[in-house]
Amino acid sequence: MISGPSITVQHDPIVDYVLRIGDTGLVHAQRLAEWCGHAPVLEEDIALSNVALDHIGQARAMLTHAGSIHASRTGGQAYDEDQLAFLRAESDFRNVTLAELPLRRGGGDFADTVLRNLLLSTWFKLWWQRLQSSVDAALAGIAGKALKEARYHQSHAAQWVVRLGDGTDESAARMGAALARAWPYVPELFKADAVDAAAVASGIGPASSDLHPQWSTEIATVLRDANLTAPAATAFRSTGRRGVHSEHLGYLLAEMQVLQRSYPGGAW
Amino acid sequence: MSDTRDEWPLWEVFVRPKSGLDHKHCGSLHATDAAMALNLAREVYTRRQEGVSLWVVRSDQIVASDPADKDMLFEPASDKVYRHPTFYKLPDSVDHM
Repeated sequence: MISGPSITVQHDPIVDYVLRIGDTGLVHAQRLAEWCGHAPVLEEDIALSNVALDHIGQARAMLTHAGSIHASRTGGQAYDEDQLAFLRAESDFRNVTLAELPLRRGGGDFADTVLRNLLLSTWFKLWWQRLQSSVDAALAGIAGKALKEARYHQSHAAQWVVRLGDGTDESAARMGAALARAWPYVPELFKADAVDAAAVASGIGPASSDLHPQWSTEIATVLRDANLTAPAATAFRSTGRRGVHSEHLGYLLAEMQVLQRSYPGGAW
Repeated sequence: MSDTRDEWPLWEVFVRPKSGLDHKHCGSLHATDAAMALNLAREVYTRRQEGVSLWVVRSDQIVASDPADKDMLFEPASDKVYRHPTFYKLPDSVDHM
């Protein structure tokens, strides 16, 4: 039973800019959390939960900030992190589609998990690096703290991708298949649009497209060490950052939001 | 019983709580190699700010004394009080050392 009404979000370019990063972390964390109690070995189970919790911590900071600038920039309500996470409608989420695709459930391989961790942690790391010099002091502060976590996430994920890609025939085949599944969703990570332009113009942060060259260089290094080849580009473009999501996000949100919507304000 | 041939090797983990202190044994974990052992030691044993440095060593590389030899090895030291510095009476001028 989902009964609580959704909050109303006024979409402003800078609010969306912050939500794109915050929501991607939140949704990625929710997917990673599905591994809790199910990872191949106990130690990696703890590692994946640690990474998920880091992402939730970063998302909390970004959503809190988004709620505050939502009020100052649009004259709308000053939502807190919980309202934005648990009471927002699917079409108001601004995460990239890659983060919402099924991971463990729905037949996802462990290879999909380590690969997505690599692709997204590298993306996050570059965001935090660049956002450290944002004119928005709150954003710069969040970035400075998150950067250390992201560097570790990238290192941890890269080790797994190399280990499996350059492992047995079986593990290499699975890494290759995971790469083929994820790759069509990569262009969305670097597609600059009006939201990016507004952030650049106001000194808030870089355009998504500015991160692409460095991301490609870092990913190419890991793929080379892993004996993997990046698949050819496709014409497919995902659109999660514009609020147009895959069929998977609704189910994820239903599970994530059901408690707060059924018992508004419930805490424990 | 599970087949132990498929299990990853066991590693012992040592954590240094802060600079200047010794690394202390804190537990063990399974990992395929040293790099993974170090990585997972960080995840499993330093989640709550327990340390600033990690050592990992393959458990099968540790040579241990036999518990059955405990009496022979360690009990003879129990009546050698003169091996403790507190056994000796020092001159008053340095006794507070």
